[in-house]
Amino acid sequence: MMGSGGLVVMDEDTCMVDLAKFFMDFIQRESCGKCIPCREGTRRMLEILERITQARRSETGTGALERFKGVMYLTRLAEVIKDTSLCGLGQTAPNPVLSTLRWFRNEYEEHIFHRRCPAGACRELLHFRIDPDLCKGCTLCAKKCPTQAIMGAPKSPHYIITDKCIGCGTCLEVCRPKAVIVD
Amino acid sequence: MVTIEVNNRTVEAKPGEMLLSTLRRAGIKVPTMCNIDGLPPSGACRMCVVEVEGRPGLQPSCALPVTEGMKVQTHSPRAVRARKTIVELLLANHPDDCLYCVRNNQCELQNLAGELGVRERRYTGQREEYHLDLSSPSIVRDPAKCILCGKCVRVCAEIQNVASIDFVGRGSHSRVGTAFEQGLNVSSCINCGQCVMICPTGALREKSALKEVFEAILDPERVVVVQHAPAVSVSLAEEFGLRPGTDINGVMVAALRRLGFDRVFDTSFSADLTIMEEASELVDRIKNGGKLPMMTSCSPGWIKFVEQFYPDMIENLSTCKSPQQMLGALIKSLFAEREGIDPSRIFSVSIMPCTAKKFEAGRPEMGRHGIADVDAVLTTRELARMIRLEGIDLQSLTPSEADNPFGQRSTAGKLFGATGGVMEAAVRTAHYLLTGRELAELKVQPIRGMKGVKKAKLKIDGLEIGIAVASGLGNAAELLEEVRAGRQDLHFIEIMTCSGGCVAGGGQPIGADAAAVRARMQALYNIDRSGTLRTSHSNPDIKRVYEEYLGEPLGEKSHHLLHTHYAKREVVG
Repeated sequence: MMGSGGLVVMDEDTCMVDLAKFFMDFIQRESCGKCIPCREGTRRMLEILERITQARRSETGTGALERFKGVMYLTRLAEVIKDTSLCGLGQTAPNPVLSTLRWFRNEYEEHIFHRRCPAGACRELLHFRIDPDLCKGCTLCAKKCPTQAIMGAPKSPHYIITDKCIGCGTCLEVCRPKAVIVD
Repeated sequence: MVTIEVNNRTVEAKPGEMLLSTLRRAGIKVPTMCNIDGLPPSGACRMCVVEVEGRPGLQPSCALPVTEGMKVQTHSPRAVRARKTIVELLLANHPDDCLYCVRNNQCELQNLAGELGVRERRYTGQREEYHLDLSSPSIVRDPAKCILCGKCVRVCAEIQNVASIDFVGRGSHSRVGTAFEQGLNVSSCINCGQCVMICPTGALREKSALKEVFEAILDPERVVVVQHAPAVSVSLAEEFGLRPGTDINGVMVAALRRLGFDRVFDTSFSADLTIMEEASELVDRIKNGGKLPMMTSCSPGWIKFVEQFYPDMIENLSTCKSPQQMLGALIKSLFAEREGIDPSRIFSVSIMPCTAKKFEAGRPEMGRHGIADVDAVLTTRELARMIRLEGIDLQSLTPSEADNPFGQRSTAGKLFGATGGVMEAAVRTAHYLLTGRELAELKVQPIRGMKGVKKAKLKIDGLEIGIAVASGLGNAAELLEEVRAGRQDLHFIEIMTCSGGCVAGGGQPIGADAAAVRARMQALYNIDRSGTLRTSHSNPDIKRVYEEYLGEPLGEKSHHLLHTHYAKREVVG
């Protein structure tokens, strides 16, 4: 897929879309800028992957339309970059996307259709909720939440307002009875 | 000969040539944005990619040597899709302001988008932020419209030997910039405008002076005088759809009058004057042991080039001003006195095939008592814009002639528009000055034509004079290095900044190919061939100007008005 021929073993906690994004970010930085497909194309590919791994709340303006178009044209763009780039960097740049698409298409589909990251790596796509049976109402999570997304009276179960949550994971870290659930 | 198969058709190719050349000869149009005829391929734009059997991916035809039996598909769906995608990617980082762009309808990117049927914004995303460079008196750089094809960079470095612009940054942040990102005005840019000519988009354009000119014309207090350069009348027609090489001198003069200019003069007249001064200077240097070889000083890009890169050779430059500045000086002295107009009321405009003339007109030494000799310089393109804006139909105009007291010009003066022309005109007059006789054959064939460097030996009454002509500063630098290395047999060198001379100047109509430039050049030769007044020294108006005002060539008044000086120039980069 990428790199020097070394072997990397990954388990189900690695998100393949996130991995492809990581490589595109690297390629995009390494591009020298001489030929158009690599210079302009890798940047657009990175942006498409960023849109796929974004929560709906982060979409502004025509963001939803751009996300949809990106999904439609990702493969087409990847093929052209591969076909036309001047050097080996550009010619292999789309490989991480093309091969993850080929072998882990379901992970892409989860991200695109359900806005879910099965590996739990794409932070923006995580959904946090509090299990009312486990929550003791200690109020610690509500105090630490940077966006005041957690409501609830002391000593009674708290709940998270999804629209306000930015998925930072602070509540998960501070909760002692492990009442915060991620899915 | 090599035989290849293109689109299931057999095509003959020359061994060793690039596939793109073969395709062009075979009448197959494959688009390219970064290729420059005559320079090695760059392979940056990837627009010319084709499908070649047995090879992976798509291959750039500009950089692919032909091999026997090669099978090529130039317009397969895969190749066309790739080209379209490349244009779409460029458009994703290009301002959507075609209607406001100076190159609207003359833009290669726009044309390609049309040809390839781009009808939607397929790729969108963050755009880079760029800064407009308005610092130069001649050229405006708008990096937002740049597609990084690199042609300006290569023309500047490889053809002009200047290299004032280059790529800065990397990846999607790369752009074309000057040294240390300072303005073009403090860089080594010589303002020749060849980058403007080769730019496929509106990223490079001339700094327009139209506003100032219109304001002056509308001001009843001002007397607006215009002069037009020899190379403008043979190229302006192209802006109005006529064949390259059509001379519309008379109609253009009539159009200038219609535009509201109070007087119209021909710079070819002052080209004759330049010859009188320059030929006299040459004869003087040869007879009295002055610095040789003497080098012409008509081309302002070349002058700046010498000042910054060859300061040790400044003394070789003729001290004559260029024809534009000579006429500018005469307009605000002789003409002003004769008509009883205060020079400060005169607004002097020149129409030039050149962007460097804008810089030249602004040089502080080109004026007297704080009044510039030339107030505004327009390029051929700007004149065409002006004519269109004012709704003037060229076909309806009756041809007109230049005004007195500078009404007549010799065809030698007209030759200034092509490489070798200044030399040819000077040789005609120098021969007369040295021997008192006219040259038997006025046409000096060895220094005509498009070749980059032309050399010849002339025998004038037993005196052997070595002459050399170069156009394009890369060629000029070659010649200068020879002189630096101690070459002694050259007496007179003519240099024009742009390859081919002013007919291919940076202010000329966009999109002219080598054939169009040759046609413009031929038009000047035809004017000379059919002319009756073919030497500068026999021009009666020149004689009258010397008798009534200037005295004699190299005289005190000439020295004051028609000669200048140069100085070593420090630049950034």
